[in-house]
Amino acid sequence: MEKFLTVDDLKVHFPTPDGVVKATDGLSFGLDRGKTLGIVGESGSGKSVSSSAILGLHRGTSARVSGSIRLDGTDLLAISNQEMRRLRGKDVAMIFQDPLSALHPYYSVGNQIAEAYRVHHAVSRKEARTRVVDMLARVGIPQPDRRYDAYPHQFSGGMRQRAMIAMSLINDPSLIIADEPTTALDVTVQAQILDLLQDLQNEFNTAVIIITHDLGVVAEMADDVLVMYAGRAVEYGPVTEVLTHPEMPYTWGLLSSVPDVTADTSKRMVPIPGNPPSLLNPPPGCPFNPRCVHRHKVPGDLCRTELPALIPGNRGEDHLKRCHLSNPEMIYETEVVPQFDPALAEER
Amino acid sequence: MWAYAARRVIIGLLLLLTLSFVTFVLFFAAPVDQAKYACGKICNEDQIAVTEKALGYDKPVHEQWGGFIKGIAVGRDFPVDPELRAAAPDIVTHCAAPCFGYSHNNAKTVNELVAAAAPTSMSLAMVAVVMWLAGGVTLGILAAVTKGTILDRGIVGLTLIAYAFPTFFIGVFFLKYVVIKWEVLPYPKYVTIEDAGVMAWFTNLLLPGFTLALVFLASYVRMTRAFVLESMGEDYIRTATAKGLAARKVLFKHGLRAALTPLVTMTGLDFATLLGGAIITESVFAYPGLGLLTVQSSNAWDLPTIIGVVVLAGGFVVVANIVVDIAYAFIDPRVRLG
Repeated sequence: MEKFLTVDDLKVHFPTPDGVVKATDGLSFGLDRGKTLGIVGESGSGKSVSSSAILGLHRGTSARVSGSIRLDGTDLLAISNQEMRRLRGKDVAMIFQDPLSALHPYYSVGNQIAEAYRVHHAVSRKEARTRVVDMLARVGIPQPDRRYDAYPHQFSGGMRQRAMIAMSLINDPSLIIADEPTTALDVTVQAQILDLLQDLQNEFNTAVIIITHDLGVVAEMADDVLVMYAGRAVEYGPVTEVLTHPEMPYTWGLLSSVPDVTADTSKRMVPIPGNPPSLLNPPPGCPFNPRCVHRHKVPGDLCRTELPALIPGNRGEDHLKRCHLSNPEMIYETEVVPQFDPALAEER
Repeated sequence: MWAYAARRVIIGLLLLLTLSFVTFVLFFAAPVDQAKYACGKICNEDQIAVTEKALGYDKPVHEQWGGFIKGIAVGRDFPVDPELRAAAPDIVTHCAAPCFGYSHNNAKTVNELVAAAAPTSMSLAMVAVVMWLAGGVTLGILAAVTKGTILDRGIVGLTLIAYAFPTFFIGVFFLKYVVIKWEVLPYPKYVTIEDAGVMAWFTNLLLPGFTLALVFLASYVRMTRAFVLESMGEDYIRTATAKGLAARKVLFKHGLRAALTPLVTMTGLDFATLLGGAIITESVFAYPGLGLLTVQSSNAWDLPTIIGVVVLAGGFVVVANIVVDIAYAFIDPRVRLG
C-alpha cells in the first residue's frame, strides 16, 4: 500500500548562468501518519530544498521541479497554485530554523498565528484568538492570553520556537516539516522543544519530517532516517538500523564526527576529510568518492566512473545504501584515521 | 518616552540658537557694506549712516544677535536705535513676540513676510510630496515585483533620466510646451484656497508640484524597489507563504510593512526641507514662497529676512526629525519597547 506521503524521483534543479545546479537529484522516500522521518546531511546537501518542494515554495521561481510528491494520493507537483495555497499551512505546515527571523517583527505573535488560522477558516477575530490562546497554552507558553499580544522580540528563543510550533499546529496538519527546528536554540531548550514536538505528534497522529544535521536529534525523534549527500539519498532505512549499522562510508563518517562523552578521551574524533562537492559540477561516479577513504577497496575504478544505485544492503530489504562496497564490514575493519589526500582535491 | 521627547526638543532649540548666531556671523563676515545694500543705490553717506543705525548694524554682532533673541522672547520695536525712535515716533513699528525682525527693504516685519510666503511653499510641498510618494512607491513596488524584466529596467531608467535633468530645465520645458505651446494647462499662478477654491488651487499647483516631485521620484523609486526586494527575501516572507497566504497578501501585508518603514524617515525629512522653500522651482514659476523670499532677501542683503527664513527652515527640519523619531516608535514595536 502506498504510504501517506510518497516522494518519487524528486528533482529540483536551478538553472544558473554557470550551468544547472542539481540541488536535489532523484530523491525517493515514503512516510506514514504518526511516523517521523529524519533527513540528515551537511549544509548544501539538498535537505531544505527537497522539503520546500513539498510545499511548492519553488513555484514562481526559476527552479525546475520534476518527479512526483503524493500526499494522501494527491500529486502536489500537479495541482494548481490555488490548490497548493489552500494546502499550505493546513495539510502541510512548516517549522523553520530561526524563529526570530521567521516571525514578522512588526506583528504580534498571536496575530501571526491567528492569521494562519483565518486563512483556512472563516471565523471571526475573536474566535481565532480563542483558538490561538488555546494552542499557545498547549505548546507550553505561560499566560497565553497576555503573550498573544507580545511581539517576537519579547519572546525568548525557546518561546519563539514554541510559538512557531503553535502556528504550524493551528490547522491540525497531517504533515509537519521541521527544518532544523532546534539548531538556533540552547541545548537545554532543544530537548524541551523536541519533547513537545513528539508529544503533539502522538496526540494528533501527524507525520513529521525533521531536517537536521544533528544525529542526536534523529536518534531521539525519527523512525526512519534518510542520509543525503550532494542532492541524493545515500542511505535510507529504520533509524536504529542505519545509526548502528551504517553501510555507506559517509554515514559512518557522520557518526564518527559526533563527540561521545563516554568514550576514552584519548580516542580521537574522526572528521570527514574535504568539503561537500559542488552541485554545479559534481564529481563523476559516486559523489562521495573524492572524500571516501574506502575507495581503494572497490575493485577497479568503479567509484569514480559509476554512480552506485540505491539498493538494499546486507541487512534487509528496508535498509537501502548507495555504495559500491559489497560488504559493510569493510568499513568497520579499518581503524584508519582518514588522511586527506590533496591530490584527490585537485582531481575535482 | 516623554523625557526623550523633551530632551530632543531642548537639543533642537539649542541647534536653532546656534544656527541663527552662525548666520549673523557669516552675514557680517562678508566683505561688503551691508548698510549700503539695505539703503539702496541712490543713498548718500548720511542716509547710509542712518540706515545702519536704524537696522542696528553699527552694533557688535553678538549684541545684534542678543537683540534678535530678545525679539523672539518678548517682542521688539523698530528702528532698533532708541534715538531714532525718539526723533520720529510716528515711524516706529512694534513687533510682538515672537518677533523675527523687521525688513527695512520691504518695510514689513519678517513675521508678515514669512506668513505671506509660507502657505505657498507648504502648498507646493504638499502637492509634490503626494505626487512623488504615490508615484515613487507604486513604481518602486512594480519594479521590485517585475525585477529583471524590461518593465523594471524601464521604470528605473526613465526616472533616472528625469532625475538627471536639472529642475530649472524641466520647469522651463513644461512652461514652454505644456503651458504655452500645447496649452494643456493655464499659466500656473499661486492662488489661495480661500480666494479661488480647492480646484483652482490644485490645478495651479500641478506643474510646479510635478516639477518638484520629479527631483525626488527617482530616488524614491530606487529606495522602494531596494527595500521591497530586501524585505521579500526575509524568512518571515517564506513563513507567510508557507501559511497559505495569497501572494498578493504576502507582498502587501508582510512585505511592504517592513519595506516602507524606512521611507517614513526619508519622506519626513525631505518634506520638512521643502517646507522651508523650494528655491529653484519657486524661482522658475515665480511662486511667492519661502524659496523665492530666500533668494530675494539674499540678493538684497536683507539680514532680518535672511535670519527669519533660515531659522524657520531649520525649525522645520528639527521638528520633522523629532516627529519622525517618535512616529517610528509607533510603527516599529521593537523601537517602542526595546
